[in-house]
Amino acid sequence: MNMEEFRSRARDIVNDATLTFHQRRHYLAWLAENALEYPELSKEAAEALNKQIICDLFEGSAPYRGRYILPDYGRALRNGSEHLELEPPQDLDEALNFLLIMYTQVPSITGYPVYLGDFDKILEPYVDDVDDEALYKKLKLFWIALDRILPDAFVHTNLGPRDSRISRTIFRIEREALQVVPNISLKVDPDLTPDDLILDAVQTVFATGKPHFVNHPLMVRDLGEDYAAVSCYNSLKIGGGSHTLNRLNLKEVALLHQGDIDSFIHDTLPHYVELNAELIEARIRYLVEEAKFFEHDFLAVEGLIRLDRFSAMYGIYGMAEAVDLLLEAAGKPGRYGHDDAANELSYQITKKIADLVAARPMPYCDGNNGRAFLHSQSGIDSDLEVTAGTRIPIGDEPEMFDHIKAVAPHHDLFQAGVSDIFHVEDTVRRNPSAMVDIIRGAFREGMRDFTFNLATNGFIRITGYLVRKCDVDQFDEMGARHGSTTFAAGSVKNSHVTERNVKRVLSRESSPRAPQ
Amino acid sequence: MKAAQGHLNDVIRFSAVDGPGNRFVVFLQGCNYNCVACHNPYTINECDSCGKCVEPCPEMALFYDGHNQVAVDDDLCTDCDICIQVCPSDSTPLSKMVRLESLVRQIDEVSPFISGITVSGGEPTLQADFVASLFSSIKCSEKLSRLTTLVDSNGSASRAVWDRLLPVMDGAMIDLKALDPDTHIAMTGADNGPVLDTIRYLAEWQRLYEVRLLMVPGRNDSPDTVERTARWLYDIDPSMRIKLIGFRQHGVRPQFADIPEADPQHLEKLSGIIRGVGIEELVLV
Repeated sequence: MNMEEFRSRARDIVNDATLTFHQRRHYLAWLAENALEYPELSKEAAEALNKQIICDLFEGSAPYRGRYILPDYGRALRNGSEHLELEPPQDLDEALNFLLIMYTQVPSITGYPVYLGDFDKILEPYVDDVDDEALYKKLKLFWIALDRILPDAFVHTNLGPRDSRISRTIFRIEREALQVVPNISLKVDPDLTPDDLILDAVQTVFATGKPHFVNHPLMVRDLGEDYAAVSCYNSLKIGGGSHTLNRLNLKEVALLHQGDIDSFIHDTLPHYVELNAELIEARIRYLVEEAKFFEHDFLAVEGLIRLDRFSAMYGIYGMAEAVDLLLEAAGKPGRYGHDDAANELSYQITKKIADLVAARPMPYCDGNNGRAFLHSQSGIDSDLEVTAGTRIPIGDEPEMFDHIKAVAPHHDLFQAGVSDIFHVEDTVRRNPSAMVDIIRGAFREGMRDFTFNLATNGFIRITGYLVRKCDVDQFDEMGARHGSTTFAAGSVKNSHVTERNVKRVLSRESSPRAPQ
Repeated sequence: MKAAQGHLNDVIRFSAVDGPGNRFVVFLQGCNYNCVACHNPYTINECDSCGKCVEPCPEMALFYDGHNQVAVDDDLCTDCDICIQVCPSDSTPLSKMVRLESLVRQIDEVSPFISGITVSGGEPTLQADFVASLFSSIKCSEKLSRLTTLVDSNGSASRAVWDRLLPVMDGAMIDLKALDPDTHIAMTGADNGPVLDTIRYLAEWQRLYEVRLLMVPGRNDSPDTVERTARWLYDIDPSMRIKLIGFRQHGVRPQFADIPEADPQHLEKLSGIIRGVGIEELVLV
């Protein structure tokens, strides 16, 4: 980028009437970062990045903060913070005040924290002497503050797997407040989570499209007890996080491939898997060794994040198109999501990538034994004609049971998250326990993440994040208060999210969009 | 008596509208009533292989087999339902005999996702032996016995038929089209004596999951009629669960196209009347 182009793009951002002050500042910073040289890559990797066969999700060319950071808020509340000049809170008011202050200081790729803590656990020490109505009042004010101070749908909290008065109060507030922020995941364990709590959560989905549901025992198996789902569908370690998320476009790899399916699996795929790994490694090294993030950020200095709990996320997407292209080229019938042969091929591809990623050492990834976490990446607003992660294309989904059976086998290997979204008919409002049955069944079937939504509430799920339908409709004229609505407006235009058949809604993952 | 196979119209693997929780629903073919408000009239009669659907089928999926019976090629059929629309006999060429083991296998596959199964129709009690065999298979299976077994019925079966089902049936949803015998005959073609007896009998055995009242405008929805019906039900069991359903045109045969759909405001009023009688468990659909 020459100076003239830089100035012209900066001018466009400064004068963009659809952006708030904060959004303009965020994009200006992004532009400045991208005026710097990219971390050094081999010629092949640079070319693959340039052609978007591998993709850095526009994270920027000089990483100076991790993509997803999960501070250990419990520890912060117990010990206080020297940097923030805050003593350990003694009651609920002090704890909520402490957290609101701390959130403004947590770095992330969007500029807002992607993780707020597991409220039922971190607030539990402060609520014993608070009666139900006082708890409701205090949390409601806190909830409104979160939505207004952190206007970004990737801001995420977790609840569960055990029942708690805090979780119940939060669901009640959610149903009343109808806010985009925060996004929520409920951890579900077959033994620890009562039906009644899931039922409460299901009724909250009817109103707000939140929460998501995650398979707690499966997460604990892969990440340990101290994990959280953040941003949307990104499961990582608390006190750690992910340096970066780079993804491999399987559709593009399949288009480039010449030869049979066997040579795709054994030759072409490993080649591109390594190029994406090279990109991840280069970005991690810059963050840790050049920007020295972990040496100066107060979270690291005060032990609220630890480098040895970090890893990186290795994303893939476009599985549906890749499978269909490979079968077509081989002259074999079958369509992803509908035919056993196609589904089997997709599992084989996932397994191969998982094996390659598990065999590829990655620096500063002690959070996963020196390897990246595999992630089924749920898309960004600029994706065209390529399906998110391992999802079945929008509008082509089979009925729910077949849909779950087709996608569930992928979930086992994506430790850092996978997203399949189910759109259910409105009649289920009268029988929410039917959704409890399906969620329990999906987890028995081995699913890791489960998200559903109804067509008739006021929210639309773009990736895992939500926007209000009215905000999308009005965006072109007026701009939006929430940063994520900007991505969503692009997403809705590019992928007909709102026109899809009644069965489900697409979801797309966060990325800081570059102003075009 | 054990029945190894039943006459099946279709199954739905996930249903949120046929009893508590998510349910696997079995629709059996054949009904002894002919209700004006029937939403799936193609389940009423057995196919007589008249062949009037063979020609109109756009996929050429229907044909005469070697025994002069209309048969379907499942690979060609796209479920476009044109055969059902042209059928002169309120039937379908797509129903088929299903083996008990095959049905149990399908339920087994879905079992992690469901609270139970519901057998509907058609009128399932016309194939009570098959229904009893199906429920027995579920109740005797270690893996499936947690599933609840419900019947969705017009209530015309005799006590002898219910006696066969009661040991393996967790509950029944019974339609009460009308308390007044003449109205009942006008709406269904049949006397309601057996239905009233079924409701009493199943309530006595605590196997009455709910009574459904379908409100068809101008036929059975006057406030006075509904109040008498609610009082009759309350006297049998004050904790009775009632589902009040407004008539909709969806799926109804063309000759009944002039029946208006139920007015939501009127249904609200009727709900108030039913609650006024003392019924607490009322669901309005």
